[in-house]
Amino acid sequence: MSAPPESESHRAASPSGPQSHASDELRIPTDAELAEMSTDDLVRLGNRMDDIEVVADRPRFPVPGTRAEKRAERQVAGWFILAAIAGLAFIVAFIAWPHEWVPPGSPGALAYALYTPIIGVTLGVSILAVGMGVIAYSKRLLPEDLAIQQRHDGRSAEVERRTAAARMVQAGQQSGIGRRKLILRSVGAAGGILTAGLAVAAFGGLVKNPWKEGDKSPLLVTEWRSDDGERVYLRKFDGVAEDVILVRAGDLEPGSMETVFPFKESDRNNPEKLAETVSSSDSPVMLIRLRPDVDVIKRAGQEDFNYGSLFAYSKICSHMGCPTSLYEDQTMRILCPCHQSQFQANEYARPVFGPAARPLAQLPITVDDQGYLYARSDFIEPIGPGFWERRSS
Amino acid sequence: MSAITTPRRSGSTAMKLVETAADEIDSRIHPAGGIRRQINKVFPTHWSFMLGEIAMYSFIVLLISGTWLAVFYDPSMAETTYEGTYAGLRGLTMSMAYESTVNISIDVRGGLFIRQVHHWAALLFVAAMIAHMMRTFFTGAFRRPRETNWVLGVVLLLSGMIEGFIGYSLPDDLLSGTGVRTGVSAIILSMPVIGTWLHWAIFGGEYPGTIILPRFYIVHVFLLPGIILAVIGVHVALVWFQKHTQFPGPGRTERNVVGVRILPTFASKGGGFMVVTVGITAIMSGVFQINPIWKLGPYNPTQISAGSQPDWYMAVFDGAVRLWPSWEMYLFGRYTIPSIFFPAVIGMGILTTLLALYPLIERKLTGDDAHHNLLQRPRDVPVRTATGMMALSFYFWLVVACGNDIIGYTFDISLNVMTWIGRIGLLVLPPVLYFATYRICLGLQRTDREVLEHGIETGIIKRLPHGEFIEVHQPLGGVDDHGHAVPLAYQGAKVPKRMNDLGSAGSPVKGGWFRPDPAIEQDDVHHGSGTDPMQVEPGGDRELAGRPDAGRPRDVRD
Ligand code: HEM
Ligand code: FES
Repeated sequence: MSAPPESESHRAASPSGPQSHASDELRIPTDAELAEMSTDDLVRLGNRMDDIEVVADRPRFPVPGTRAEKRAERQVAGWFILAAIAGLAFIVAFIAWPHEWVPPGSPGALAYALYTPIIGVTLGVSILAVGMGVIAYSKRLLPEDLAIQQRHDGRSAEVERRTAAARMVQAGQQSGIGRRKLILRSVGAAGGILTAGLAVAAFGGLVKNPWKEGDKSPLLVTEWRSDDGERVYLRKFDGVAEDVILVRAGDLEPGSMETVFPFKESDRNNPEKLAETVSSSDSPVMLIRLRPDVDVIKRAGQEDFNYGSLFAYSKICSHMGCPTSLYEDQTMRILCPCHQSQFQANEYARPVFGPAARPLAQLPITVDDQGYLYARSDFIEPIGPGFWERRSS
Repeated sequence: MSAITTPRRSGSTAMKLVETAADEIDSRIHPAGGIRRQINKVFPTHWSFMLGEIAMYSFIVLLISGTWLAVFYDPSMAETTYEGTYAGLRGLTMSMAYESTVNISIDVRGGLFIRQVHHWAALLFVAAMIAHMMRTFFTGAFRRPRETNWVLGVVLLLSGMIEGFIGYSLPDDLLSGTGVRTGVSAIILSMPVIGTWLHWAIFGGEYPGTIILPRFYIVHVFLLPGIILAVIGVHVALVWFQKHTQFPGPGRTERNVVGVRILPTFASKGGGFMVVTVGITAIMSGVFQINPIWKLGPYNPTQISAGSQPDWYMAVFDGAVRLWPSWEMYLFGRYTIPSIFFPAVIGMGILTTLLALYPLIERKLTGDDAHHNLLQRPRDVPVRTATGMMALSFYFWLVVACGNDIIGYTFDISLNVMTWIGRIGLLVLPPVLYFATYRICLGLQRTDREVLEHGIETGIIKRLPHGEFIEVHQPLGGVDDHGHAVPLAYQGAKVPKRMNDLGSAGSPVKGGWFRPDPAIEQDDVHHGSGTDPMQVEPGGDRELAGRPDAGRPRDVRD
């Protein structure tokens, strides 16, 4: 921003410009002369050909054998010796150190826990020391190097630009493609259509219609629906999918929360289906029992979704779909740990803080004649994160 | 035999073998001239030019450690019941992907170490890229003719972040699964019109489906590494053929490069630093545990662990969606644009576009279309430097916001307060930093000019006959007939500010730990000082370009 733009003439270096006069004067020696030249002379010649001026390449220790030189040598060798020792330690540790898992607290657990640190440190130190040795060598023993090279950047020489452009223009003219409009257009059409065809071939296989099932499309329904009228009960999940524990209204203390999943009697002997429902991303529901004395505000159209003081809300956050796992009884707020959205449990789980904009969907529940809770129907709105086709208001 | 490879003196047998081999190659492939030009190439040196190299070295570590992991990892989402060594997970249902990652960590000898190498290298990779980008930004290295490399760098940064995020998802543990839900599934769903269709194309249906991990896997180990490798190739080739920029200094002009040659100095130092990077990554990976997925448990969409955090380079997205207020759009009672669309897609889209186009924007605003090979000191370009600090503070504030629950928990601050601090800070902090940086740059410029005009403050206070106290200054450019300092022009290079910068502290006596070297060796031994070869004092017989005028750079545009 500070440097003023360079003048045009500056950048457009012509071949006779100052950059190349070094090579103008340069006379390439004959083969016979070359054969007589010393290494130093040859290097100097090469430098001139590459437009390099070497400013400093004096050896670090012009007088060989001084104490300082021996010290430098010892230092470099020291790194390599350290590398060798650490490398050996690595091999021994990798093979001999106990690497088999031992439960924490039992004998040998500490030795096992040290396995990774020990192989890491020994291998790392060995590698590091090799690198340090190389760097020390180049800093302390290689001759200091200071050279200046001319850049030759910017535009190409005018002769290169003109001749290259001329060749392209001529090739274009010779092909006559500019005149042959029919070919030009058909090539364009072929290229365009083929590209489109390849894109279709590449991505066509991926395209699937999310709305194929109409009203029953996966985004609109959950595991809580029942197509044949079979009751969908609320069940607890204690880690084993086959242990079906149904929930009664009295199982929850006032002010407590329980995560429940859908269960149909017809799935009782179907372990795969059971395992699927307890790990499905749309099935978890928070069953909350409010304290009897709290004020409740219900959402229009959901007035009868609760059963007494029991309210069931989808656990999947309406923000980005994390499970909202924390229920704080004092404030009656449901907190999502992902981005701290908070939902008010006694006010139809409407969002009261954080980035979430929509309430958690409420599941209509009631009890059967034995007192077991079941869902009267699926949710009446899509659960979880929003999407374009979602009807919201 | 070609002239170049003709043996000069009859050397050892080994030497002769090498010479024969070189001739065999040259007489067939003809590379002698090209090789000489490349090994002769001059590279400028500065510590900050290493940052890009560190990124490249850590990518190499990623390729090697990742290939090793792929030997044991299984990307299948098929369910299995764990009956392996680790007692804490026995009997649990999990995907094969998770089980195989647990096996790498627990059963495979050295497997945990390599996993940690891979993860640390990934963090280092992205961190080094960002540091490298800051370097090129604040020194103006992206200006013409190097705009292409800036854009390629932005491509590398984005693909590196996506690559890392996808890799993080592969173990299919509780934390990474949550990341896929929020970071991929929900964001894709939020896109107007195409969102659900795109989700169905990528996930093969509703979240999570059964196909996403195999798809992630091929992208992670083949597609993105291939793209990154190719782009790194072009990026480095451009640096090579356009030649590196350099800071202004003695003898340095827009049209030359002052530095060291590839062989042996640059190659040995570069090679050494690469090995050092690998070594440090290895030590870190041994000592510092990272992502202990066997403790987190397998992914289950109905569960979550409190304090979920993505890897740090993804934190900016998470911070943005945390702070965005609950604003959504409902169109005609029929369509929804969810709130996350605005920060996650529009916001991040704008930020990355601005980033990629920055060289163009600056060129348009300043009208500076010149060819630049000399770098700028950040203080000399206050507007850019302040803009950069503003952008960085915005970025890092979002990163910090991603940890607002952890910070709130640690310091006992309510989450709501943390969120409000985050929102207000995001709007207030960047302009404040802009202003502060701008003023600091001007202040630094002034002290530079002052020293060039009056000299360095010596700390010696003198009382003049009439009673006035003055501080004695050491002029940098000598004094005129009246004993006043000759003012020097600022040339874009570092200005010495302390007497020690002029060597007034002397230099230590040479020697080992226990005794000094004998007196006759004290002067004999030439010590190159420091890593910057421009600091080498020229001997009487050598003339360093620019040195004749007292070490000051000539006209920088000459
Ligand atoms: C060709 C290159 C690569 C290959 C073959 C590869 C391979 C793998 C494999 C097989 C895994 C899963 C096993 C595991 O997690 O332990 C993995 C995980 C991962 N990868 Fe890569 N990877 C490559 C490059 C990268 C790059 C460039 C990055 C980052 C910028 C990256 C970041 C990660 C991360 C963060 C993980 C999770 C590590 C963890 O387990 O904690 N990978 N990679
Ligand atoms: S997913 Fe619940 S707050 Fe973001």
